[in-house]
Amino acid sequence: MAIGVTTTPEKSKPSGSIINDPQVRGIFYQVITLVVLAAFVYWVADNTIENLKRANIASGYGFLNGRAGFDVGQSLIAFTSDSTYQRALLVGLLNTLLVAICGIFTATIIGFAVGIGRLSHNWLIAKLSLTYVEVFRNIPPLLVIFFWYSGVLAILPQPRESAALPLNMFLNNRGLAFPKPILGDGWQYTLFALVIAIVASIAVARFAHKKQDATGQRFPILWTVLGLVIGLPLLTFFATGSPITFDVPVAGKFNLTGGSVIGPEFLSLFLALSFYTAAFIAEIVRAGIRGVSKGQTEAAHALGIRPRLTTRLVVVPQALRIIIPPLTSQYLNLTKNSSLAVAIGYADLVAVGGTILNQTGQAIEVVTIWIVVYLSLSLATSLFMNWFNARMALVER
Amino acid sequence: MARRILTALVGAAVMGIGTQAASGATLDDVKAKGFVQCGVNTGLAGFAAPDASGNWSGFDVDYCKAIAAAIFADGSKVKYTPTSAKERFPALQSGEVDVLARNTTWTINRDTALGFNFRPVNYYDGQGFMVRKSLNVKSALELSGAAVCVQTGTTTELNLADYFKSNNLQYNPVVFEKLEEVNAAYDAGRCDVYTTDQSGLYSLRLTLSKPDDHMILPEIISKEPLGPAVRQGDDQWYDIVSWVHYALIQAEEFGITQANVEEMKKSTNPDVQRFLGVEADSKIGTDLGLTNEWAVNVIKAVGNYGEVFDRNIGAGSPLKIERGLNALWNKGGIQYAPPVR
Repeated sequence: MAIGVTTTPEKSKPSGSIINDPQVRGIFYQVITLVVLAAFVYWVADNTIENLKRANIASGYGFLNGRAGFDVGQSLIAFTSDSTYQRALLVGLLNTLLVAICGIFTATIIGFAVGIGRLSHNWLIAKLSLTYVEVFRNIPPLLVIFFWYSGVLAILPQPRESAALPLNMFLNNRGLAFPKPILGDGWQYTLFALVIAIVASIAVARFAHKKQDATGQRFPILWTVLGLVIGLPLLTFFATGSPITFDVPVAGKFNLTGGSVIGPEFLSLFLALSFYTAAFIAEIVRAGIRGVSKGQTEAAHALGIRPRLTTRLVVVPQALRIIIPPLTSQYLNLTKNSSLAVAIGYADLVAVGGTILNQTGQAIEVVTIWIVVYLSLSLATSLFMNWFNARMALVER
Repeated sequence: MARRILTALVGAAVMGIGTQAASGATLDDVKAKGFVQCGVNTGLAGFAAPDASGNWSGFDVDYCKAIAAAIFADGSKVKYTPTSAKERFPALQSGEVDVLARNTTWTINRDTALGFNFRPVNYYDGQGFMVRKSLNVKSALELSGAAVCVQTGTTTELNLADYFKSNNLQYNPVVFEKLEEVNAAYDAGRCDVYTTDQSGLYSLRLTLSKPDDHMILPEIISKEPLGPAVRQGDDQWYDIVSWVHYALIQAEEFGITQANVEEMKKSTNPDVQRFLGVEADSKIGTDLGLTNEWAVNVIKAVGNYGEVFDRNIGAGSPLKIERGLNALWNKGGIQYAPPVR
């Protein structure tokens, strides 16, 4: 936000004194504002340091290397009570990222589906979509989280009466347990095959594009790519003798043991954030599609482009330009809303940071870390979306 | 939540008033305000819980009342700030509360690095485990593989990690910030085990939907000396809070109760006379910055230590906790007051 003097009169010589010069005045006000702001920041910082000193509270980030002493229920990386506070924060950050990325992915899919559903000519689909949007958009996210968490806990069976699902999966109020894949010798070949398939797909796509530019002939690119990416690794997998076994969950004394578990805390937070944010994304998508003038569709039809291609090549690219900027805000909101995890005991950055804050008493340091991390996450998301937006923008010649 | 801590921080930073009190002015500050701002639990039956009409009662609440009575001769001059385990320390550090009477364990870290002072231990506690009877568990050593509900930001959380590690047991911690959330999760069967101070377990069991289905395991895995905490650097205020506790103990030792305190003033025992401030030229209260009647006022407001204990958590309450370590030193416990002389 640049506070600038917007209009400068064209070469009109200041008739009176310098005090009446709008340009000088503009600069003067800005300088005053800056000085007041700087003085305020200095005053707050100085008071804080003084008061910390008086209360005998040491400050600094040295505490991060201390032994954490507590355990974390959900962790993507190895963590024990012997690990450092730093690693505990990393565990929290990864958990935040996990729920944010999964949430953004699902919210986008549900949001697009519901948004398009609202424009449907089918009365039932349109009204259901409308109800969905109005319900979820008008409930505070914390309530949605509680709804899922209490719902999940109350409805799911106790561990001893776990519901058996297909593929050796089990569902109880401790979460969803599923077989953990254990990779045997030779699984690297499958990974290698996948990399080759992806590289080949990119090459094929380039070739197809060039061919269409040169001759106007189109190449069945989708099927080729699908065949490559799925077929090649699958062939390699069987050729190397299926090098994978599964650690299946079995009933233990208290709960199922073995396998992997997705806890109810993650599930409910993930579902709540997805459903809540999807309601907003649906409205953005609807607005985006509505925003493309009907004349565009009619013009495309007049040129003889088929309806499906019209949507793909004419309507959606133009709608995306309207959709992407507000979509970015929704992604940022979802990431920030994930900090509501504390309410249901999901070990996200705020929950873990809060524990550390309490154990060490380093309130200012921990709060600063929270601010810096969320700021960085949001700025990174913004940068990515701006880049994506620039790619999608109308190319003007 | 984070907002609350931030408010406290910004409050501390911007106002600069809170911690100014640390230089010796908490008593003046409290007298000027006309009430004691007391940090208590958000709701732990027997220790600090509001009733339907918002009146607080409990063991810790009685300590708040006793401090108010010592200063104002009126135990009702207290305002309560309910704090979660996580909020309590910033609340005290920033000066939002004058004293924290909230089942807080005295540890070296809190006494030094966090900038607090603990002295009188008003309740000697230890950490225990509660399980469902249907699990057929008889000892904490059989808990390997269990999901354990625990409140974050407590010594309990740390003891739990240490105990399971030193006994080579596996567990899955399920951690919440608010006591109510831990209760609800345990009651809903999210965890097999609930761990906190044993006194807390007795209190919490009453709030479960079927208290009789749950049992408390015999093991006590830690020392949890609970007591009021104040900020470092204000010795006068620290002395007042400490001596209010000692007065409650001393009163029990002398047999002075809420009912007989006026009568006891006529006692010929010089120790009792000195304690109740009726000795000629007494300075027993003025040296503390209070009136000489302060001990009388404390006992009138809440009774002696034994009465406070029985009424809230002991034989006269639904919790029915034994005195145990909290009996007087001459009755097999370790509650002891320095001489009032």
